[in-house]
Amino acid sequence: MRRFLFPALIITAVLVPAGAAQARRAGTNLNLVAFSTPKAVMGKLIASFQSKPAGQGVTFSQSYGPSGSQAKAIVAGQPADIAFLSNGLDINTIANAGLVSKNWANGPQDGIAANSVVAFVVRPGNPLHIHSWSDLVKPGVKVVTPDPFPSGGAKWNVLAAYGQARKSGMSNKKAIAWVTKLFKNVVAQPTSASAAASAFFGGEGDVLITYESEAYTAFAAGKQGKLIVPKPTMLIQLPMVALKSAPPAAAAFIKFIHSPVQQKIFARNGYRPVIKSVLKDPSLATWKHKYNTGPTFRIRDKLFGGWNKANTVWFDPAHGRMLQIEQAVGGPTS
Amino acid sequence: MISTYLLIIVVLPLAALLWESKKNGAHSFWQVVTSPEALSALKLTFGASFIVVLINAVLGTITAWVLVRDDFRGKSMVNAVIDLPFALPTIVAGVTLLALYGPRSPVGLHLAYTRAAIVLALCFVTLPFVIRTVQPVLIELDVEMEEAARSLGASQFTVFRRVVLPNILPGILSGSVLALARALGEIGSIVVLTNGLLSTEVASLFIYNQVQDAETTNAAAVAMVLLGAAFILLLAVGALRYFVTRHERA
Repeated sequence: MRRFLFPALIITAVLVPAGAAQARRAGTNLNLVAFSTPKAVMGKLIASFQSKPAGQGVTFSQSYGPSGSQAKAIVAGQPADIAFLSNGLDINTIANAGLVSKNWANGPQDGIAANSVVAFVVRPGNPLHIHSWSDLVKPGVKVVTPDPFPSGGAKWNVLAAYGQARKSGMSNKKAIAWVTKLFKNVVAQPTSASAAASAFFGGEGDVLITYESEAYTAFAAGKQGKLIVPKPTMLIQLPMVALKSAPPAAAAFIKFIHSPVQQKIFARNGYRPVIKSVLKDPSLATWKHKYNTGPTFRIRDKLFGGWNKANTVWFDPAHGRMLQIEQAVGGPTS
Repeated sequence: MISTYLLIIVVLPLAALLWESKKNGAHSFWQVVTSPEALSALKLTFGASFIVVLINAVLGTITAWVLVRDDFRGKSMVNAVIDLPFALPTIVAGVTLLALYGPRSPVGLHLAYTRAAIVLALCFVTLPFVIRTVQPVLIELDVEMEEAARSLGASQFTVFRRVVLPNILPGILSGSVLALARALGEIGSIVVLTNGLLSTEVASLFIYNQVQDAETTNAAAVAMVLLGAAFILLLAVGALRYFVTRHERA
C-alpha cells in the first residue's frame, strides 16, 4: 500500500494545478505577438481594456521579439490573435500567408495603432555633442543599431538614414555611400530594438538609434541618457491587426485602440497618438510639446514608394542594398 | 531495450536533422554552407575551439600535475573550484564574464564583444575536462618508473618525455576530445558576449539565429557541417589515441 503513496502524491501534485489551469482558461485568451519594445505600454493598454465591458474576462498571452522574426514565427504557426508589429512590411508578410486580410491597411487609421519617430539616445550631458545625422559619421563615434534583417526598428533606422541623406541634397549613390559610412561606425547590431537598447544602456557605444518611444520607456524605467530627435527624421507607423482566425474580442481590442482613452495612454507613455486631437487635452500639454520636434518624412513618400518597394530595394536577402553594406562592414547578413 | 533508448534519444533526432537539412535540395544546402556568414561562423568556431583545446592540453596537464604531485595550503579548495564550470549553468557563466569584461568592468578590461571574450568563455567552460582526465592517470602512475629513469642518468626533461608523457598522453587526448566537443557546440556562455557582428558570431549562434528566423533548413544544413566536422575530428583523435596506446596491445 505504501509503495503507491509516493507516486500517487506526485500524480496529484501534477494534475491538480493542471486542472485548475484548465478551469481558468474558460474565458477568452488572446495571443498577442508584438515587436520587441512595447511591453510596458501594452501592459497599461491591456489593463485599460480589461476594465471595460468588452474586455471583461479576456486574458492575454504576450510575446515580444524582433518584428521580422515575429512575423516569420506567426507564418510558421505560432498561435496569434493580435499582431502588433513595428512596420507594415511584416504585416504584409502575414497577409501574404493568408492569415490577415490583404486590405488591412484600408482599416481605421490605415491599420496603425500609434506612431513614433527615429531618434538618437546619447549619454547624459551629450559629451560628443551629437545633434544631427551628420554627427553620427564623425570618426570615433560608436553607434548601436539593431540588425536590420530580423528587426523592424532597424529597418526604420536604415531608411531614415538614407532619407535624410537624400533630403540634404545627396544623390542616390552618395546617400547609399553615406549609409555605408554610418555602418562603419556601428559597433553592435543586436537582433532586436530592445536588445540594442539593453546593450546601449549596459554601456556599449556612444549613441543608440532607436524609436523615440523606446527612449521614453527606458527613461521611465530609470535608465540614464538624453533623447535627441534629429531634423529631419522618419515617421514610424506601428500597425496592429487582428488575425482572421481570432475571436471577436481581438477585433474589439483593436477598435478600442483608437478610442481617446487608449490613445491618451499611448501619448503618456512616449508614443505619438494617431488620433492627434487627444493631444489637445490639457493634461497632455507637456507631451504635446515633447512631440513637436520638426519635419518628418514617411514610408509612403515618393522617395521610398511604400514598404514592399523599400524592402525589395534595401532588405531583400539576396540583392538588397543592406546586404552589400553589411558585407562591406563585416555585419550580419541575415 | 537499451537499443530502443539509444534509438529514441540519439539516432532519431540525428536522422531528423539530416532529413531537414536536405529539404531544399543539395544546391541550396551548398549555397547556405558556403555563404560568407556561415563560413565566417564556422571558421571562428573551429579556430577558437582549437586554440582553447591547445591551452587546455598544456595548462590542464600542468594543473593536474601540480594537484597530484604537489602539496600546498588550499589544495582541496583549488580541487573543488575546478569543478565549478561543470556546476555553473552556461548562461550564468556568460553573465559573469560579461560583468567582468563588459563596458562596466571592475578590472578595466573591456574585452566583451570581442573574439578574446569568446576564447575566454570557452576556456572557462572547458577547464575541468583535461584536468579531470589526466589526474587519475597521474595518480596511478608508478613513481618508481621515474625514479628508475633518474637513477639511470636521465634528465628531468627526458624522464618527462620518455616515461611520463607516453603514459598520460591518452588521458590528455581524451580530455582534449571532450573539451573540443564542448567548445564546438557552446552557446550559453557566448550568446551574451556577442554584439551581432560577424566578428563574434560562432556557428552555434548562427544556427540559433537561423532558427529564430524560421529558416530551419538553413540551420540544419550548417548544423550538419558542424556535426560532420566534429565527427571527423573525434575519429582522428580516437585514431591518435589508438596509435599512442599501441604498446599496451603489443
